[in-house]
Amino acid sequence: MPENHRNHPITTSPADQQIHHQDQATEPATDDRGMHPESAWAHLQKRGISRRRFLEFCTAMTVMIGLETSSTLSIAEALTTQPRPVVIWRNFQECTCCSESLLRSEKTPFSDIILNLISLDFHEVLQAAAGIDAERAAHQAMAANAGRYILAIEGSIPTGANGTYCCVGGRTALDILQEDVRGAKAVIAWGNCAAYGCVQSAKPNPTGAKGVGELVKDKPVINVPGCPPIAEVMAAVVIQIATGTFPKLDQQGRPVEFYGKTVHATCPRHDHYEEGRFVESFDDDGARQGYCLYKLGCKGPVTYNACSRLRWNGGTSFPIQSGHPCLGCAEKNCWDPADGQSLYAPVAMTSRSPKGGSSSGSKASSRKNWSPIRSHSS
Amino acid sequence: MANRIVIDPVTRIEGHLRVEAKIDQGRIVDAVSAGTMIRGIELILQDRDPRDAWALVQRICGVCTTVHALTSLRAVENALQVTVPRNAEIIRNILHSSLLVHDHVVHFYHLHAPDWVDIPRALQADPNATAALAQRISRWPKSSAGYFRDVQAKLKTFIDSGQLGIFSNGYWGHSAYRLPAEVNLLAVAHYLEALDWQRSIVKIHAIFGGKNPHPNYVVGGMACSFAAPAGTDNEIEENEENEASQTITQEQLAYVGTIINEAIEFVEQVYKPDLLLIGSYYKEAATYGAGPGHYLAYGDLPTGSINDINSYLLPRGIITHGNLNAVLDVNLNDTSQIREYTEHSWYANSRSGLHPSSGETRLAYGGPTPPYETLDPSGEFNGKYSWLKSPRWRDLPMEVGPLARMLVAYAKKSAPSHAAVRDSVDSVLRKLNLAPKDLASTLGRMAARGIETGLAVHWLKDYYDQLLRNIKGGDITTFDPTIWEKLKTAKSNSGVGWCEAPRGALGHWVQIKNSKISNYQCVVPTTWNGSPRDHKNQKGALETALIGTPIANEKKPLELLRTIHSFDPCLACAAHLTDTTGQTVTAITVTP
Repeated sequence: MPENHRNHPITTSPADQQIHHQDQATEPATDDRGMHPESAWAHLQKRGISRRRFLEFCTAMTVMIGLETSSTLSIAEALTTQPRPVVIWRNFQECTCCSESLLRSEKTPFSDIILNLISLDFHEVLQAAAGIDAERAAHQAMAANAGRYILAIEGSIPTGANGTYCCVGGRTALDILQEDVRGAKAVIAWGNCAAYGCVQSAKPNPTGAKGVGELVKDKPVINVPGCPPIAEVMAAVVIQIATGTFPKLDQQGRPVEFYGKTVHATCPRHDHYEEGRFVESFDDDGARQGYCLYKLGCKGPVTYNACSRLRWNGGTSFPIQSGHPCLGCAEKNCWDPADGQSLYAPVAMTSRSPKGGSSSGSKASSRKNWSPIRSHSS
Repeated sequence: MANRIVIDPVTRIEGHLRVEAKIDQGRIVDAVSAGTMIRGIELILQDRDPRDAWALVQRICGVCTTVHALTSLRAVENALQVTVPRNAEIIRNILHSSLLVHDHVVHFYHLHAPDWVDIPRALQADPNATAALAQRISRWPKSSAGYFRDVQAKLKTFIDSGQLGIFSNGYWGHSAYRLPAEVNLLAVAHYLEALDWQRSIVKIHAIFGGKNPHPNYVVGGMACSFAAPAGTDNEIEENEENEASQTITQEQLAYVGTIINEAIEFVEQVYKPDLLLIGSYYKEAATYGAGPGHYLAYGDLPTGSINDINSYLLPRGIITHGNLNAVLDVNLNDTSQIREYTEHSWYANSRSGLHPSSGETRLAYGGPTPPYETLDPSGEFNGKYSWLKSPRWRDLPMEVGPLARMLVAYAKKSAPSHAAVRDSVDSVLRKLNLAPKDLASTLGRMAARGIETGLAVHWLKDYYDQLLRNIKGGDITTFDPTIWEKLKTAKSNSGVGWCEAPRGALGHWVQIKNSKISNYQCVVPTTWNGSPRDHKNQKGALETALIGTPIANEKKPLELLRTIHSFDPCLACAAHLTDTTGQTVTAITVTP
């Protein structure tokens, strides 16, 4: 293993630790030309969107992000009175699948997100400017919105070799994170990488890759795990940020609305599981009839995500529906199954075995307490 | 006296790329490209089940998602000397060709276009004139004056808001922008339309692979199944209950056909006309940006099995010294052909120049202590400066990607797609009034990408039709379970998988010992294109291409970005590591 892993939490001033709706009552920021950016509502109005349609939108958003409908007015209020919230998006050790996923958002198209809902003032993959001009855009936006901007992180942060495994603009990811988080109101950790370290943190984690939450200790961190997260989940989090609401988080910092249930719990193949009808091998008769994929290593029972509920790509399908077991990509350590087993080895489930039992030869079957293995424990 | 400039981060690419260049009398005279991020995924693959490898390497890249997964399956299956069922092969080709189309279109509009399109100038356009222009070049239905007026109003509202987001600090108003206001408006409209369209084509991935990005694959075939057609022994009753949980339904299959038809329309009525229109204002970009003149394609999109190399629609071959009269062969197993050098890369290997099947790589960062202003204060770049290695074919630096593929197909008369590629290339050259030699340029790379997309979207349709015919004919098999059995007894196997990723030739080399991975090595497109200098001090393709690129304003090196983006670099793919000896990495030097 690389020596000299740095694992110092990034600390900033104790202010801004809590997010309140009242925080939104701060004065509108002025941009570098001294203009007052207009609110999203003013923006939508200019586009000919009626107040009624606007309120409908807010209601739809309220439902989608799982708030009481009485929150509709506060969402509407936030959108009508505030300039678009500034988001600084940093890419570190990643594959850009999170950005790509947000591009797939169907109900709230990406063009709406960047033109109407937020001001995405830095995004390495999409930024028109390059090099120092791009960095300048980020710094101007952060300076003008200190204490108010949202920092979105895609990718893990390497802590080995003094952080030199990831440098951008001649600075390490660690250094950039440390600086950017200082004025941030909250941090979004996109995907399994930023939440937990994902594939590069799998054994033996050669670069000492870590998730944001392991490094940032004194700012609210919203974990949105998944490889990548579902587009609609990402969009919902962005909308909440844009409307000044804040998602209710579980103990792992994940929005409860989307990570409160296992994939298994709402799986359309759940009845097959209960009745002991399993796919034994891909494309066997059971597979052709859509039986349960448990015996092929489906991680649905131990994975907290909304795949089976929202599905992917505008509700088109999701892994289990297409015939492949859930890989558990929203969970910490998903690439290192217990005992060095294959991803296709069945997960431990003993407390309530399905009819027909678990696959023979699985060491895991002797373990206790399969559910929930990882949730709320770390 | 040359001035030095640094572009870091190079934006509108995947991953972290740094370019340092010297400019003299308005032209780039020297350049280095450096990958500045590494994750070590190959080391992580060590000792894992070969069936799992696709899922981990899939995460190498989420932009060209699926190509690493596909290449990994092919490598493992090659090691076992097995072929997968015909339907699985076809579905893989469907996923792959739809990705090629998706990736090229997104690259053009969202990654490359801001180098050519002066977005704020679209506000000065006359929407009526824009509509007339759009209707002249295409029958795309959304080309009314009212539509362009709306887009313009939307843009005005956005700019007037004072919050320019990802468009802040762009090189707007730069003298190297050449488009009339109307063309800028057309391009802005299609930037937004392409953002919407790209969501649709990847639904093909969701149907067959469950999601996009990162659809699922399986060693031995595909995980999706089809219900047996009516009237056969295995017929499954179509009732509402099992409809909900069946894998691929008739409706979904039909939907794939609809998506493909829409994709053909978008490529032919939006992307290709836009490319030709914009290209016609930038013919000067055909005079710079030439790479080393050596092109490599492993080939892909088989019409038969992946082992039937002569059936490839993207043919295999090598062109050297720009000579289109001779296409040489490439052998991925020949240890004298492909070698990776590390003289200028941050590794502490016992040897440089190893074949990937026996490659050796130990991380050893040796760059300056961050924060740094330059990777080499002397400006000589004689030392190490990148996480990318320098792969070479018979010691030559090669260019890979759509241009390499189109040139190989153009030159290789025996390729099944030769005539189609030739027609398509000649037609584009005619429209832009260029000669074949002009393709070796920044504009040529852009054009080749568009030509390839125009062909691939029809090949996608062909694959789809073939799948439907097979299913109708009663062949619904998608997986061969004996392949998993074979893996259980694999004592010592070695294999290579290849693929033509959107950005070029991709190879994975795998060694399997006692059913586990003992070594894994990827040599990826951007390692070829973005490589640093090698043992003979020969520059990589991108470094070569930058030389001669004109720079009107050193503080705003827009033309440099055009040439970099013409390669569509992907850095997360390009930097990786292996340690074939299986030792833990002890060679990491901690910078003082």
